[in-house]
Amino acid sequence: MNSHNARRLIDEICSLAADLEKIRIMEVCGTHTVSLFRSGIRTVLPANLRLVSGPGCPVCVTSQGYIDSAIEAAQRPDVTVCTYGDMLRVPGRQGSLEQQRAGGARVIVCYSIRDGIAYAATHPEEQVIFLAVGFETTAPATALAVLEADTRGLDNFTVLNGHKTVLPALEFLLRGGDIPIDGFLLPGHVSVITGSHAFEEVAERYGKACVVTGFEPVQMLRGILSLVRQIAANEPRVDNVYSVAVTREGNRVALDRLEEVFEPADVVWRAIGRIAMSGYALRPALRKFDAEKRFGLAVDEDYELPGCRCGEVIQGRIDPPECSLFGRACTREHPVGPCMVSSEGTCAAWHRYALVERSR
Amino acid sequence: MNADTRNDRDVGSKKIATLPETLAAGEQRIVLAHGGGGELTRRLLDERILPRLNNELLAPLADGALLPPMTGRPCLTTDAYVIQPIEFPGGDIGRLAVCGTVNDLVVMGARPLALSLALVIEEGLSFEVLDRVVGSIAAAAAEAGVPIATGDTKVVERARGDGLLITTAGVGEVPSDVQLDVHRIVPGDRIIVTGTLAEHGLAVMAARENLGLNSGIASDAAPLGGLVAAMLECGGGTVKFLRDPTRGGLAGVLADLVENTALGVEIREEALPVTTAVRHAAELLGLDPLNVANEGKIVAVVAAGDEQRVLQACRAHPLGRNAVCIGECVAASPPLAEMVTAIGGRRIILRPYGEDLPRIC
Repeated sequence: MNSHNARRLIDEICSLAADLEKIRIMEVCGTHTVSLFRSGIRTVLPANLRLVSGPGCPVCVTSQGYIDSAIEAAQRPDVTVCTYGDMLRVPGRQGSLEQQRAGGARVIVCYSIRDGIAYAATHPEEQVIFLAVGFETTAPATALAVLEADTRGLDNFTVLNGHKTVLPALEFLLRGGDIPIDGFLLPGHVSVITGSHAFEEVAERYGKACVVTGFEPVQMLRGILSLVRQIAANEPRVDNVYSVAVTREGNRVALDRLEEVFEPADVVWRAIGRIAMSGYALRPALRKFDAEKRFGLAVDEDYELPGCRCGEVIQGRIDPPECSLFGRACTREHPVGPCMVSSEGTCAAWHRYALVERSR
Repeated sequence: MNADTRNDRDVGSKKIATLPETLAAGEQRIVLAHGGGGELTRRLLDERILPRLNNELLAPLADGALLPPMTGRPCLTTDAYVIQPIEFPGGDIGRLAVCGTVNDLVVMGARPLALSLALVIEEGLSFEVLDRVVGSIAAAAAEAGVPIATGDTKVVERARGDGLLITTAGVGEVPSDVQLDVHRIVPGDRIIVTGTLAEHGLAVMAARENLGLNSGIASDAAPLGGLVAAMLECGGGTVKFLRDPTRGGLAGVLADLVENTALGVEIREEALPVTTAVRHAAELLGLDPLNVANEGKIVAVVAAGDEQRVLQACRAHPLGRNAVCIGECVAASPPLAEMVTAIGGRRIILRPYGEDLPRIC
């Protein structure tokens, strides 16, 4: 990294921001949240520029009913639950998957859904449920896995579908109109799939500055500078400083697979509720791979854990320290809500990297 | 990796073994009777284990080993090794066991004198793998200049032993002139790491999960007695604290340092020795190299002003060529481990919770 470049970008951000009033930028993606803390960017920005986290941590936006369904499924003697590591510690009504595993349930941490397929193929006597969560980044892999399961006739493999799409959630926040946001750091990985054009409506219809950026510190600073420039000039558009990975059109192959396997569906987001066309349902011909149907689960149920304000955190309504549980009843060791559990979670990032910022 | 490499999955309370069901022609495996204490046990020891490990202390094959009298303070350590896969780029469970125990002694300032070795072998392990691991134990012990003085071998039923488990203990003596003491650390003292970070943890994770990173990252497992001796030869209480940043990584050591000294720690991101391959692999998995295990590195705190001498001593040793000063201890309230990032920002460093898990996207 070129620290001279970084310094120059920071100076320009500060000088532009000096002529503006309060600026609120939402970083949509959990990886950005973590990278912004890890790189120390939050500590070098001007005081009138606030970064707020958005609904972009896959675990954090998952409804409580989904978590409970996964745990309920894991308790069945014939079921093996395969999951990305982040889901392991999220608490539900009956503890977490980690606790279920310690009690004898079969829960396997996978790095890719392909591991789940491979496990199902070699363990035909078990019902293998893959916890398919995440946004447009992980959904194409789920689509490919479902197609593979169909081709191979793997009738012991299903997915508990919790996939969501980013844009409808941003529009939901913007339509509400009560959360002041001047610009968005758009999610880099999601944009690789969707293309930057997917977010043009945010700039055109809602007049918000937008930039697609990657995760290197200098790149994130470039993204923030682009937003501040757009805000200062009142010229909102979708800028792309991550053109090495993101095109305007996106990844056609991945989008085609998504189209083939899924149809848009109304899905429930934690603490936000049902958002129209903000997720995916398996197409009718592939519904046999839907774990919710096969095992009679109810992923759309949602409820708040007592005192937990994760729902407000993921909408950028509050910063984690404003939650009375944060750092007291809710810690990394004993998380209450998902934002403290997930490595991408806003509360976990604050807790982990920002004691200094917290104590200010 | 050979065809016998285990690909177990952590499944509930029981391990589901995926050892190949059929044996290749001529392939031999451990059976329960190898641990029965009879003729088969004797043959296993005589043919496969003792010839590789033989030394004067072990040779009598008594119930214990008699060590020569020592002049310094005796130091005792023990460790258990549970790792999948048993063999990974840069080492195996045997090398890890020897290096881990030796390094625990040397960071106490002790000169290692002898190790014990207990093998808990799962029924079904092939002789080929066992031979390689025992050979690797012998090689690492020779590298460290420490004899395996006593040992034990047990066999457990299939699916109850994870292939091979090892426990080791080590005895060493601490010379009277060694003055390692965390309480001697004062603000301004420098923090040194003796080489590139996070290689062991990433190599094992990539091998275990078959991540296909193809990154060339190999475990750094190595016995560090020679390197530490070179550092301590700088003399006069120059070196105040030594720790091997294994599980929990550098972050874990820095957190311990803060807790034990009530001083803050400030390190510079730009000074951290992290290879490009490690940085990319860690980024891909959403892991922080600071939290990832090392098995061939030392974190040292040395008196301010003496760091160049200690760095020179490190760099003159093959295992310390990439030694650098990464920061210093500072008076701070509250005492925190903090990093000045490459862009000039700051963040705190906490001990990781459990093992870091790769992220979803």
